[in-house]
Parts: sequence; structure tokens; C-alpha cells
Amino acid sequence: MPLLVRFLAAALSLAVGGLVAWAVLGLPESAGLREAVTAQMDRSGVSHPVTAVLLNFRGYDTLLEVAVLLLALIAAWSLRLAPPGRSPERPGLVLRELVRLLVPVLIVLAGYLLWLGAHAPGGAFQAGALLAGAGVLLALVEVRPLGATPPFALRLLAAAGVLVFLAVALLAMWGGRLLEYPPEWAGLLILAIESAATISIGLALAYLFRGDEPTTHREGGERT
Amino acid sequence: MSAVLAYGLAGAALITIGLYALIVRRHLLRKILAMNVVGNGVFLVLVALAKRSAVPDPVPHAMVLTGIVVAVSATALALALAVRVRDATGQATLDERRGTAAEAGRGRDVPG
Amino acid sequence: MIGLADLALLPWVVALPLGGAVLSFVLRTRAPFVGLVTALATAAAGLLLAAQVLAAGVQRHLVGGWGAPLGIDLQADGLSALMVAMTAVVGLGVSVYGSAYFAGGNEDTAHQRAYFWPLWLLLWTALNALFVTADAFNAYVTLELLGLSAVALVALAATPAALTGAMRYLLVGLLGSLLYLLGVGLLYGAAATLDLQQLAQAPLSGRVAAVALAAITAGLVLKTALFPFHFWLPPAHASAPAPVSAVLSALVVKASFYLLLRFWFFVAPELASAVLTTGLGLLGAAAVLWGGLRALTAERLKLVVAYSTVAQIGYLFLVFPLGLGQPEGFTAWGGAALLVLAHATAKAAMFLSAGVILKAAAHDGVSGIDGTAQALPVTIFAFALAGVSLIGLPPTGGFAAKWLLLNSALASGQWWWALVLIAGSLLAAAYTFRVLAHAFTRLPGDPPPCVRSRRLEWSALALAATALALGFVATDVLELLRVGAPVQGPVLMERAP
Repeated sequence: MPLLVRFLAAALSLAVGGLVAWAVLGLPESAGLREAVTAQMDRSGVSHPVTAVLLNFRGYDTLLEVAVLLLALIAAWSLRLAPPGRSPERPGLVLRELVRLLVPVLIVLAGYLLWLGAHAPGGAFQAGALLAGAGVLLALVEVRPLGATPPFALRLLAAAGVLVFLAVALLAMWGGRLLEYPPEWAGLLILAIESAATISIGLALAYLFRGDEPTTHREGGERT
Repeated sequence: MSAVLAYGLAGAALITIGLYALIVRRHLLRKILAMNVVGNGVFLVLVALAKRSAVPDPVPHAMVLTGIVVAVSATALALALAVRVRDATGQATLDERRGTAAEAGRGRDVPG
Repeated sequence: MIGLADLALLPWVVALPLGGAVLSFVLRTRAPFVGLVTALATAAAGLLLAAQVLAAGVQRHLVGGWGAPLGIDLQADGLSALMVAMTAVVGLGVSVYGSAYFAGGNEDTAHQRAYFWPLWLLLWTALNALFVTADAFNAYVTLELLGLSAVALVALAATPAALTGAMRYLLVGLLGSLLYLLGVGLLYGAAATLDLQQLAQAPLSGRVAAVALAAITAGLVLKTALFPFHFWLPPAHASAPAPVSAVLSALVVKASFYLLLRFWFFVAPELASAVLTTGLGLLGAAAVLWGGLRALTAERLKLVVAYSTVAQIGYLFLVFPLGLGQPEGFTAWGGAALLVLAHATAKAAMFLSAGVILKAAAHDGVSGIDGTAQALPVTIFAFALAGVSLIGLPPTGGFAAKWLLLNSALASGQWWWALVLIAGSLLAAAYTFRVLAHAFTRLPGDPPPCVRSRRLEWSALALAATALALGFVATDVLELLRVGAPVQGPVLMERAP
């Protein structure tokens, strides 16, 4: 890259960073929306403020965000990447035993994090990331997460997070507004949404790691 | 230095470094990594906002969590697309095609 | 008896395309059917929303029942309703076109057909969600949904040009979104709210707000492809499949422009300096001239149309010097909004017809379309009609929009922008006629054989006809725009004495 471009890029980057630093130095003291959140916590159905914001107060953002992750999966599959190449030799003994030990532990931990999210940092995304980690380990020993599940079921599970979230959101409109959980049901509904989302997030991230879309037949054949 | 300043200035520094690399580096993988650095810089600034009170403000934390998921989704798509670009053009940059199709097999992904 | 005003339409314009997108992904073999049904339902909801806003004023929906600043609100004023209606009309046309464009037996088209619908419906979801959100951070999430789906749709063409175009588009788009997010975060730091209406009422002065608006503007200007940040647009729009190009030029670039309008006209007009408004206007002028010149000399047909988009986007930025901070800026405001609509329908029609033409042409260069007028009269007519609206000839919507902008420029004493408008129209005429001249060339012998699809041709023509019809319903459009408008004034200004 020519020296002039590097110089201009450096000048631009320093200018942008400098402006941000200047703004940070001038930030007013403020508790932001913390008090507003605390005031409504007992109607949120959970006891951790960040979970309350993510799944209740600003749940609409989370709904769209789960849709973004599903979109990334759909988009990656639309690119038709080749399956990861099979290595010539079998995965080593250490790796195989490690995966055999770790995958169940990861699944249990994921369930724990999902449950924990109601009253401590945790929740669907963290649990889903753990599940995805298990999926990545399985990919390293060339085992597909969820094995020979038919592609239709796989797509349904990947979409489950958005579908459950959207269904709950629309059903809430029966007696109120979009995503307006009845306060006594809020905790249960949030758990249901997070459970479906955990599975979808784990699946999506694991398959994004692999890159290719599973098909029913090895070579040729119709994809259903 | 207060925590707010530490996080905020670190964020500004990351934005600077990431933006420079995004513009100057030619290899797609470098550009994607640079984008992630810029993203993390922005998230650090948001964390700084939350730290202004003794008990942190949960709303910027929720924004960062959402931002991370969005960034992961975008990075995943970018990586998949970069692989396809390399397969289709034989090189992992956005430059005009150099050389002939015979070079496509070799893959000119020299990080730069 | 439920009246129009009682319907909670705002959530449905987002939920319908989202549900349809996910269903069309899961039910892969039924994707075109699910897609078309969803398109019909979403378009109907969008048009109903516009009618509702016209009848009952600004609509607001408090998602989760919490209300800003704790919760996220959805809001539709005149501008939002207009954007949603525009998306409804263009979206329906593109959906009908897409149902025929990807028809075919081989594996590649089957793959494209299966993935077009979920990606396109997710894009539509993002557009509607963006246009009706009243929350600045929620707008960020919708921007990302929009950007990623657009990139994936471009890459669906699977050619090397499309893939590199998509990659560049993705990188630029991500940078733009991150700058926007930075700005929104800083605004929250200054005002402790993310709601656009509350941000508008908050006193925004001082360095934090200024840097925030600068970051937001920079990010959105990148995503709107304003000169000189337009470099990513022509390769991406020209190499995408035809219905995707239509959606990108007609709708996607307007989304980030809409957010620019929201932030400058509604949230922080007091921060707009003459430097900013003049600067944006000058860049817009440069876009008009540069885009027009490049369109005149471009080799490929779709590249001509893509550079035309760069030029037309330039016109839109004239709303800043002509409308922002002006006491009677409604003329410019109305002109810009009308131009957004007119360009959307005309450009979509143009890209859709180009898609049909290219299926019949010898190659994708402009000279490759020689003789197609004999073979595809309906399509060439649609292209010509779209071109007429882009040039700004009466009685099209493009004419009405440019007339308002011209009037605003002359009446407010800023006559130099009028020169830009006129020069742009001349360039548009030149590149439109260049294409049509090739199309009407008579080839010796019989016209090239091509398979004619009624659906493809007539959906393109329908959109072109809408661009024409906009000229006749311009006053109704402006009446809708009055609802919640940020600037006042008569539709046509009197020159100051």
C-alpha cells in the first residue's frame, strides 16, 4: 500500500480515535437508566437486571437479534460452502477421549447457565455458546452435532428460537401489546423463550463453524 | 485514572488501531479481524458508559451483549463469504484480479 | 366495531414478514408459495398503516407495555408511513417478479429459489422494523439485519463479481453500522435515553452530542453511498440478481437516508451548522454529476442503472441545505420524500426490466441489447417509462419531486442548487436515451429468440406505471407527509419579496 494512503489512513484513524477520546473525557456523571430498571424489577419475572432488560424491557431487540443470528446461518448456507475436508488419519486418542468427556459436561453446564440467567449473569446466549463449543469439539472429531437428523428437523430446530419468541410476542397481543407478558407468567415465558433460543443459538453457531449445510444424501440427490 | 476513563480511552485506542488496519491491510482475514477490533472498541466505550455509577447501569450492558451477538453473526457471514471469494477468484483480497486463471489454484492469500 | 384507528398495525408490519421468512426457510419446498402469500399480507398491512396514519395521525405502540425510556416504542408518523407504503408497493412488485425469475429446473436455480425467499423476507422485515422503530439502538439492530440480508442476496448470484461486490459491501456496511452504534452509545451517555422522541427533547449541546452526531452521520453516509463513499455501490448493485438489484437501489439505500433525516430533522436540528448542510449539499451535487457521467460511459447495462442510483441519491441530500433550519422548509421536505418514492418505483422498474432484457441479450454490455425492442416491447416500454421518471419529465412522480426541489431552491435564494437539478436531469436523459437507442436498433433478420415471461414483464411495467401515477397523487402523498412533519410551510413557496 503506497505511503500516502498509509499516512492518510493513520491520520484518519487518529482523528476518529481522538474525537472518541475527547468525548469520553467529557461524559457527564449519570446513572443512566439504572433507577428506571430497578423500579420495575419486581414486575419483570427475573431477578437479574441485565436479563430483565434483555428479555423483558427491551425484549424486542433480543427478538430481532436472534433473527440476525438465524439470518447469518441462512446466509452462510446460501453460499454453498464445501464440507470441511476429512483428514487422512483418524483423530488422535487424546482428542477422542477428551471430546467424549467434555461434550456431556458442556451440555450440563449449558443447562446450568440457562437456568442461572434469571438471577445472575447467564442466559440463552451464554448457554448457546457453550452448546456451540460442544458442537465445535464434535466437528473436530468429524462427528456432526445431532448426527443424522433430517435436514428439515435441523432447520426447524435452528428456527425454533425465533419461532417461539415471535409466537409468545404475538400471543401477548391477545390481552395487551406486543411482548407484554402478564406479570405472573413473565418468569416462565422468559424461561421458555430462552430454552428454545439456547438450542437454536447453539445449533447456529456450531453449523456456522462447519460452514456447510447438511444434506440427506452424501453425493447428488435432492435436498429436502 | 477512573474506570470510566480507562475503559473509554482503551476503546478509543482500539477503534484507532482497528480502523487503520481495516483501511491499510489487503488480506480479507486481516480486514475482518480489524473490524472485530473496531467493534470491541465500541463495546468498551459502551461499558465505560455503564461504569459511571457505582452500581453499573444495566442498559449499556444489554446493548453490548446484543452487539456481540450481532458482531458474531456478521463475522461468521464475512468469513464464509471470504472463503467463497477465495475459491472464486483465487485470491483472498478485494483487489482487481491479477495474473491468469492458472494462478487461481495456487491461492495468493499472502497476508499483508 | 373495530375502526381503522384501533388496529395495532405496527407490530404486524414487522411480525408478518419475519414469520413468513422463517416459515419459508423451514418449509423449503414450499418457499415460493409461502413467500408470495407473506408478500401479499405484508404489503396489505403496510398500505393499511399508511391509511391509518393519514386518517388518525401519528401511531405509537409501546412494546412490552413499558414505554420509553425503559422499553422500546414503535411509532409511525407521515414519513414512516410513507416509507412503509413504498416498501409495500416495491416489495410486492419484486416478489411477483422473483416468483418467476428464479423458476427453472436445474439445481442452481432451485438453490437460489429456496434461499431468495427467506433472505428477501428478512430484508423486508428489517426495512419495516427500521421505518417504524422509535428507538435508536433498535434501529442499529434493524440496520444489521438489513445489511446482512442484503449482502447474502447479492452473493446469491454466485459469480466472482457478485462475491467480491458482496464482500466489499459487507465490510463497508459493517463499518457504517459500528460508527452508528458508537454515536448512539455516546448519545445515551449524554441524554440517558435511547428513544428518538426523548432524545429530541433532551438538551443536546456540548462535545459528547457533537461527536455522537458526527459518528452517526459518518456511518449513515457510508451506508447511503453518498459521494465519495459510493465506491461500493455500483459493483454490488450491478452484479446482484435483478430482483435483488431492484431492492437494493430502491429500498435499502433509502433506509440509512431515512435515519439521517430522523436524526437531523427530528432529534438534533439545533446542532446542524451551515457547514454541515452546505457540505452535504455539495457532496450531493458532486454525486449527481459524477454518477451521471459514469452512467453515461459505463459499459454494462446494469452498471448504467447502478451509477444512476449514485446520482439520484445525490439529489436526496439537497434536502439538507434546502430544508434544514429553513422556516418554510416543507417544500424541500416534500420534494425529497416524493423523490425517494419516485426513485424507488422507477429504479426498481428499471432494474427489473434490465433483468428481463439481459435474459434475452447477447451479452451484458450496453451494445448487447441491440434489437431487443422488437423482441421485448413491454419491457423496453417499462424501462423507458422508468427513465422518464428519473429524468423528471411531467407528469411523473420524478417531475413532481424535482419541481418541488427546484421551487424550494429558487424561492429560498439558493439558486445554485437548481443548476445541479437541471444538469442532473440532462445527464439522466443522456444515459437513458443511450440505452434506448441501442434497444431500438434494428438488427438484420429476425429478432433474437427469447422466452417471454408475462409475470416478469408486467411486474416491471406495473412499477414503472406507479412511478408515473405518483405524479398524479402527489398532493395526497404530501398530505400524508404533513402528519408529524418536522418543518412547516406551504407546498410551493412564494419567492421572498
